[in-house]
Order: sequence, then C-alpha cells, then structure tokens
Amino acid sequence: MAEKVTLQTGHEGGVKGQVSAYFSRLKGGDMGALPAMAAVIVLMALFANLSPYFLTEINIANLFVQSAVLMVTAMALVFVLLLGEIDLSAGVTAATGMALFVKLTNTGWDWPVALAFGFLVGLVTGWVLGMFVAKIGVPSFVISLAFYLGFPGVMLIILGSGGILRLEVEPIKAIMNVNLPVWGGWAVLAVIVIVALVLSIWDRSRRLSVDLPVRPIIFLVAKIAAYLAVGGGIVFMLNLPRSLVAANPIRGVPIVVPIVIVLMFAGTFVLNRTQFGRYLYAVGGNPEAARRAGINVARIRIYAFMITSTLATMGGLMHISRIGAVEAAAGKIIVLSAVAAAVVGGVSLFGGRGKLFNAAIGAIVISIIDNGLGLMGFPAGVSFIVTGVVLALAATVDALARKRAPGMRI
Amino acid sequence: MSQALVQLKNVKKSFGPVDVLKGVDLEVFAGKVTALVGDNGAGKSTLIKGLAGVQPYDAGEVRFDGELQELHSPRQASALGIEVVYQDLALCENLDIVQNMFLGRETLKSGTLSEAEMEADAARALQSLSVKTVRSVRQTVSSLSGGQRQTVAIARTVLRDARLVVLDEPTAALGVAQTEQVLNLVRRLADQGYGVLMISHNLYDVFKVADDIAVLYLGNMVAQLETAKTTSNEVIGYITGIATDVKEG
Repeated sequence: MAEKVTLQTGHEGGVKGQVSAYFSRLKGGDMGALPAMAAVIVLMALFANLSPYFLTEINIANLFVQSAVLMVTAMALVFVLLLGEIDLSAGVTAATGMALFVKLTNTGWDWPVALAFGFLVGLVTGWVLGMFVAKIGVPSFVISLAFYLGFPGVMLIILGSGGILRLEVEPIKAIMNVNLPVWGGWAVLAVIVIVALVLSIWDRSRRLSVDLPVRPIIFLVAKIAAYLAVGGGIVFMLNLPRSLVAANPIRGVPIVVPIVIVLMFAGTFVLNRTQFGRYLYAVGGNPEAARRAGINVARIRIYAFMITSTLATMGGLMHISRIGAVEAAAGKIIVLSAVAAAVVGGVSLFGGRGKLFNAAIGAIVISIIDNGLGLMGFPAGVSFIVTGVVLALAATVDALARKRAPGMRI
Repeated sequence: MSQALVQLKNVKKSFGPVDVLKGVDLEVFAGKVTALVGDNGAGKSTLIKGLAGVQPYDAGEVRFDGELQELHSPRQASALGIEVVYQDLALCENLDIVQNMFLGRETLKSGTLSEAEMEADAARALQSLSVKTVRSVRQTVSSLSGGQRQTVAIARTVLRDARLVVLDEPTAALGVAQTEQVLNLVRRLADQGYGVLMISHNLYDVFKVADDIAVLYLGNMVAQLETAKTTSNEVIGYITGIATDVKEG
C-alpha cells in the first residue's frame, strides 16, 4: 500500500552529507542560536582572562541565579515575539502580581492561595491584552505601553506609601537562595538526559515505522554526549564548595536552575510538538494563510499573550525570591532587557522565527556582560552601553544574514 | 457525455447595482482541465469565489456529482472536495513544505504532532504528482522558487482530498521553465482523475493544457468549447466580445 518515499527529507546521507548540509543551511542565513553561543564562549574566555574572579565557583553559581529572571522573562516574551507582537508590560504585570501576592501573605492569607491570585493577575492581564490586540486591533506596542505606564500605579496603591513590602514566605525565598543536595544536581541531569534520549529514540522509531530515512545514529550519540559533557561540567562545578567562609559551606545546584530548565523544556515541547505551537509560528509567518487554513488566529493571539504574562510572572516570582521584597519600581527595566536578550539570541522581532533556547542563550550573553564588567570594576553605566552595542550588533548580523539569503523575507 | 463533476446553472451574483454574474452555466469534468478565460472584469474571480464558498452566489444551482448542493461557506466547499489555490498561494514562508501542506489539519497522536507520518504523507502526495523539483520536503517555503511554491500549494489540495482543484492564474508570475513545470503538474492532476478549473490570461497555457475552454464575457458564459475543436482566434473573439452579440448593460 504505502509507496516508498523517494523525495529527500533532509535526513538522508551519512555523517559527511549531513554536516555539509548543515553548513549550507548556515550559509543560507539560518544561523539560529549559533552567533549567541559563540558569543557566550568568547565572552567567557575574555572575562576569564581579564578577571581572576570570573571563573570561580561562587561567581558561576551567581551567574546562574542572576540570569534566571532575565532568562524566564525573555522566554516568556518569545510567545508574543513569534507573532510579531510585543508585550512591554510583561515585567510590570509580573511585579503587580507579585505585589498582590506579597500583600496578601502579609495580611494573613495562605501563601499558595495568595500565589494563585498573583498568577491570576498575569493570566487576566494577558487575556485583556490579547483581546485588545486580536479583537479590537489596537497595536500591541501601544496597549502594552498603556499597561506599562499604569501598573506601577496599581503597585503603589497595593504596596502603600512605603513602596516596598518584605517577602516572608520561606519556600519562595528558597527558589533563589537554597541549593539542591549534591546528588540532586546529578539526579536532575540524569532526568534531562533520559528525557532527551527517550524523545530522540521515539522520533527515530516513528520515522523508521513509516519507512523514512533517519540520520546516522552517531548524531544521537553525539547529542547525548554533549548534554552529558556540558551538563556534567556545570553540575560538577556547582557541587564544589564555593563559600568564601569556610565555616559555612555552600554547595549544590541552585533550585532555580532545574525550574528554568523545566520551563524551557515544557515550552519547547509546546512550540515544537503541539498544534498550538505550530499555529503560533504559522500566524507569525503569514496570518492570512493561517486564517485560510482554518486556524482561529484571534484565539492563538490571545493565548500567546496569556502565556507571556503568566510566564513573566514566574520570572517576577524569582525576582522577589532573590531580593526578598517587592518594590514599586520592579519590572520596568527587565522587559526591555528581555527583548534584547531574545533578539541577541536570534529571535526575530518580525515574528515567525525563534525558539525558547534562543532567548535563554541571549539572556546568558547579557548576564555575562553585566557580571563580567561588574567584576572588573566598571561602573554600571559601562555595562549598559556594552549591552546596547551587543544588541545593535546582533540585530545587524541578523539583518545581514537574512539579506544574503535569497527569498528570505521574514 | 459522462456526468459532470461540477455543474453550475444560471448562477447569478451582484454587488449592489452591479450585476457581475448574469446567469452563468459551467460544467467541469473529473479528469479534465477546464480553462476559465475572459477579460478583466468578466467575472472570473467572482465565479470561483462562489465555488469556494467565500462569496456565495445570489441565485442559480450548483450540482456536485449531479447532486444539488448549497455552497455558503468555505467549509461546505471543502467538505465537498472543492479546493482553491489563490494567486497569493497562502503559504507560510517560515514553515517548511510538510508543515505548510498540513497546516490546519495536522496529524496528531495523543495531542502531539505526528511529524514522521505527516512527512511521509506529504512526500507521497508530491510523488504522486511526479514532483521532483524540490530538494527536500523539509525546506522552508522561503527558500523555494515561485514555481515550487505553486507546486506545494497544488499538492496541498491533493492532500486535502480535493476532487475539484480551482487554480487562480497559476502561471501568472512565473518564468518559462517554471511555467512549463506547473502546466505539467496541472495536466498530471487531471490525468489522475481530479477535476481542474484553471483561470488563465495566457492563451498559450490554455491551449497547452486545457481540455475545455470556458469563456466569460461581462458576466455571461459566452462559450464552452473543446480545445481540440477551436482555435486561438475564435477564443479571442469570444473574450473580446467580437464573436458574440451579447447585449451590454
């Protein structure tokens, strides 16, 4: 019955053919996260040479914790960026949700209930933004700017004249301040590797079951080996004692790290393997084509804004966990840095192109710049300037790469 | 003659005071390419939008397989097996060929996309039309030529179990070689038993590929001719109105 597939699918050929196909894709302008990954390596080498503190265990652990909020916020923004939209209010929405959360816990509510209300702020705000954009047709830049301007006022009212409230919930503080036991880090790595392995084998067996060609198995082995090498290196380093005070040993993977990884895996799963994810890319690429294919474009847009706001609220939760308080000015800067991170990582502002991994790697680039320049004693001003230059550079590289690729107009 | 796949009888459509279709008859047969020709404003687009269910006809009857049918929405048209490929093709450039061909009707397994199954089915649909010009079915559409894009859009209708494929000027923006490719594809589509209705302005294309030629002139179907029994001059005569004495206005 089923005729054999003779057309090329991109999985044919041995190692050599696959590698050369990969390079021809690169030449075609499809560089993905590669420039940002190269930037991470270059920056790490640079700062490791310039500052003796950069590669210390404690600084690397700090770097992970520092970059977590930016990473999660940047990943959150990917969902609306894929549609070619923007949500400037993601940061202040998150901060407002967290202000409500802290206020409620301080007035005697159970913290899980209060937290649910905090996240509800994100969910509802996302829905309202989405309705404005998808149903009424207000540009997302404008309507989210309105929220960006308005929400700090709401926060001031919630937080009272002091403009700041202390977080008194220990389990939330633990997210950024407590580490997994040594075995916990290895267990997390094991789970990641097993999930990656199972998914890869599952995909492979499904291709084989419908008689499609598969890539040489060495690629699968190499991928798992890379996970083990990079992940193993990180876990090993984070498991070394890193306290500057011998009497108070600190070691282990910060709890926030597996949380960020789970968010990234779950989000990537949604984007790559569900119909909703496919439709996000389709609407971002050509809304009219999506509409004619029977996709409810308005609904996809509304869901995207809801996911962005809610995921950004997760970033807000990490922020207050780290600071130990919520302040009225929170969330204003982070959203712009997060857009920068996404673009540096290779997410297109015009929609239709980008992955969560791109946003995460972009966030790491920006965090490393911030961290490294800080260690070298430069004032914060220099760090802002360098970040701006890197963003301009990334956008330029992206534009040039796309210019060179014939037919690419995204 | 055998039963027509689609039969339009006395179909009318007006926009306010303007009568665009003034009682059009048309027959399209399975396994045949019917070319729909006519000058600008003759009503070609309105005719196919009615078939697509996008702009329902005001009056007249539509028979599909001899059965009287209502065509009031794209969904109804699609359910009957009428698929329209518009000039803009409606492809997402950032998605690959497989993703575009299955857009809106993805194969799912326990809530997740069945990529391998879709890839195999898309490749087979392309192979069934003897398409050999694409490098890989996982290429993004942005990297395809105009002719290849047209090919993908046409193959998508096959995947959607079309029985009548309506093509709106499939060769309009193409070069010589690519026009050839697409015309061959249109021919194969008909040879495999699909009914094909093709709008075209290019009489060379029409004579090359069509079995029947239907000529619209100012909202009237002035002729439906067998290609083998007519000439280019006769068709031009009908298109320009010289050969007919239709009352205008």
